[in-house]
Amino acid sequence: MAEPAMKQSDETGEIFDKGIDKGLARLTPEKIEQVINKVLSAETGARLKTYVNTCVHCGLCSEACHYYLSHDNDPKFSPAGKVKQTIWEILKKKGKVDHKFLKKAAEIAYTECNLCRRCAMYCPFGIDIAYLISVMRRICHMLGVTPLYMQDTAHSHSATLNQMWVKEDEWIDSLFWQEEEAQDEMPDLRIPIEKEGAEIFYSVIAPEPKFRAQLIYQAAVIFNVAGVDFTMPATPGWDNSDQCMFSGDYEMMGRLKKAHFETAMRLKVKRIVMGECGHAFRSVYDVGNRWLAWKMPPIPVTHAVEFYYELLKQGKIKITKKYDKPVTLQDPCNISRGRGLHEKARYVVNALCEEFIDMQPNREHNYCCCAGGGVINTGPPYKMKRIDGNRVKAEQLFAAKARGAKVVIAPCHNCHGGIEDINHHYGLDMELHFLGDIIYKIMEKPA
Amino acid sequence: MYNLSTWDWETGKKLIADTGKWKDSFDWVEEPYVSPDGERIAAVVKTGEMEYSVCENNTPWESTFDKVWYLKFGPDNRLTALVSDTGVWTVAVDGAAWGNTFDFVWNTKFGPDGKNITVAVQKDMEYFAVTNDIPWETRFSALSNLTISHDGSRVAGVVPTIAIKQGDIFQFQEGCYSVAVDGKPWDVNFVNVWDLAFSHDGEHVAAEVRTSLYDYTIAVDGVLWDKIYTSVWMPQFSPSNGSVTAPVRIAGKWTLVQDGKSFWDRSFAQLWHHMYSPDGKKIAAVVASKYGRWTIAVNGIPWSLTFGDLVTDAVFSPDGNRVACIGKEGGKWTIAVDGKVWGAKYDMVWQPVFSPDSEKVAAKVERNGQYTIIVNGKPFKESYKALGEPVFSPDSAKILIKGIQEDSAGEKYFRQVVPVTEIIG
Repeated sequence: MAEPAMKQSDETGEIFDKGIDKGLARLTPEKIEQVINKVLSAETGARLKTYVNTCVHCGLCSEACHYYLSHDNDPKFSPAGKVKQTIWEILKKKGKVDHKFLKKAAEIAYTECNLCRRCAMYCPFGIDIAYLISVMRRICHMLGVTPLYMQDTAHSHSATLNQMWVKEDEWIDSLFWQEEEAQDEMPDLRIPIEKEGAEIFYSVIAPEPKFRAQLIYQAAVIFNVAGVDFTMPATPGWDNSDQCMFSGDYEMMGRLKKAHFETAMRLKVKRIVMGECGHAFRSVYDVGNRWLAWKMPPIPVTHAVEFYYELLKQGKIKITKKYDKPVTLQDPCNISRGRGLHEKARYVVNALCEEFIDMQPNREHNYCCCAGGGVINTGPPYKMKRIDGNRVKAEQLFAAKARGAKVVIAPCHNCHGGIEDINHHYGLDMELHFLGDIIYKIMEKPA
Repeated sequence: MYNLSTWDWETGKKLIADTGKWKDSFDWVEEPYVSPDGERIAAVVKTGEMEYSVCENNTPWESTFDKVWYLKFGPDNRLTALVSDTGVWTVAVDGAAWGNTFDFVWNTKFGPDGKNITVAVQKDMEYFAVTNDIPWETRFSALSNLTISHDGSRVAGVVPTIAIKQGDIFQFQEGCYSVAVDGKPWDVNFVNVWDLAFSHDGEHVAAEVRTSLYDYTIAVDGVLWDKIYTSVWMPQFSPSNGSVTAPVRIAGKWTLVQDGKSFWDRSFAQLWHHMYSPDGKKIAAVVASKYGRWTIAVNGIPWSLTFGDLVTDAVFSPDGNRVACIGKEGGKWTIAVDGKVWGAKYDMVWQPVFSPDSEKVAAKVERNGQYTIIVNGKPFKESYKALGEPVFSPDSAKILIKGIQEDSAGEKYFRQVVPVTEIIG
């Protein structure tokens, strides 16, 4: 969607979002109380109680949060501060909260926290504040108080099982189109569709066929050169993304992950390799599968970073000449803190690039891009808030640039979107690439 | 449903095609597909610059196309492909293209005897189904969940019935989707509609629907059950009494209900893919008996055997007394029958197949890139580079093995009929 939801804010800075505001207008105090208490009693338990009762309000989580740091240490933006303005208040008032409170709580939950889990590492007790904010989002979903753009994406997921309203024929046609384009470069290249028994199901997020089709092209070239036995499905279930996980529609999240894994089972693949997306990895590897009662993914899932690591380590792709522009690396939260892929990412970057300049902080301590957790999917009304909320990322990138970095590698779609906006707004003037962009550019290809 | 009595069940190994030589004849040879009776093997091949066809038993179709995909044999052994000629798409059956052309064609489905072939199509940005080259009269702005009746004569799909305005979340939540049966939509709309099921007589359709963002239930011919749930999975009609059952989520647990009323007396961490025995007397389902442990429940009673990774592809025996499924534990795949697991583990296994007398179970398995057939847990002595699904003879005494083997002279496709005793002793 290219248009803003509506007039975005007034002179007080209050942001208008039709999804939240119209949703609130439909609620009575009784309904609010009833829904909140139903969620709290039926869907939370020891975990919520433990976190709430354990927190000693020490504030050590504050320094972990990019919103807090970017707003000059404003305690309203500290993780504990955000919990205080949302879940704690709800618990204290036993669900008897008003519309004004809920509007603020929805805004905090959806647009002031990326669920990045950096704060959990700084909490002396390891409290997962992202979980507490997710409970707030779940309540908002159950009340019908969700940002319009994110809700539209959730609707797309429900109607098409992908997040971009891509119809069944459009998806298949996109694969044909990319195969044909790539055959101009490699005449024998193939994107095998519905090849039962292939080793790998290559899964992507819907923005790839919709806006970033060159990524499918590049992946096809990489896979064909490396001799990877892969396939892509011709059915819904091809999209691994999941904004329902972030809107709080867990029932739909489960439906999406069921379709995804059952597609892999139907195709008889040994594993799913997914493109450079962080949030989808979280959904497939951690949250969505578990909602369905799979302790781990029933079909193993390999993120692109790990897959590129394998291909390089095993010599399946070779580099003609290392990428010569100095690069830095954005560690995506969901695959570094969420999966520990940061060292493999460094192996890949060092194998591809002449000069690697690490950001500070880095690895699992890296700052979030501020787009993840569904925040970028709340759309234009919150765009500036998102950009203002990650001034520290701009500072972090400026520091890397001062040490020579000219290119940011971001192996995640949300990181890409977030850093692209920061790049333009703060005038960083750095190039931004996926790992696949660089591999495709410098790899050996058949003459 | 194959017409097994017309197939060649004479014991022996017959060379059907020298598939290894196809690569000498064509620049491009895709993975092969084998007919149910094993008499034919085919693959998409490139016959010239931007020109594709299908090579079948060493001979290419006379017709060529600028794109060919989704090669599928029907139950009657006819070969279908989705083909594009000068940018327009249609279905080719045994090389003969349908008369109608479309802007896109996908999702080929067959009736049980193969006579009815149905596809989803798009033309001028309108969507509809086509059966045997006869299109629906009604067109829609999208079509999904294409479903055919048990005899293949009727077709249903999920369609938008109201033009959905981009980004209008409130309109969407009022309900814009319905079910079209043979092109005629129900006169009721839902927020979402997903999997559909026809009754066994083809007269009724049940659908899993969402009537708000939170209320899930089943609609039968457009009429909602009077109970709502926090989620549902695909419904099924009973073959014996026409009632409808569906897995539903109540208070975070899954159970099976019938016509909106309690049915199974216990609930599970998960319950899906329920199925009826052929006589309709039993129901089996894939369940998670507890979080992270998967098994089969028959009439609500779970096997004591569980798997940690997954359970899938369950199937009833023809007499309805036995159930087999695929299980995966610790990354390794195997077969379980009636709650007992086969000892050997594999890198992949395919859906098990019962013999007509319900006594034997066979499955295609893969280990280290080699395929073979296992019957009652015992492997056939030969291995293959590629393999079709096994089929038992009508008397259950023989098994048809359709496999590609490679020797120094290259790859060859063989059709083998083997006495089952040769495998199980």
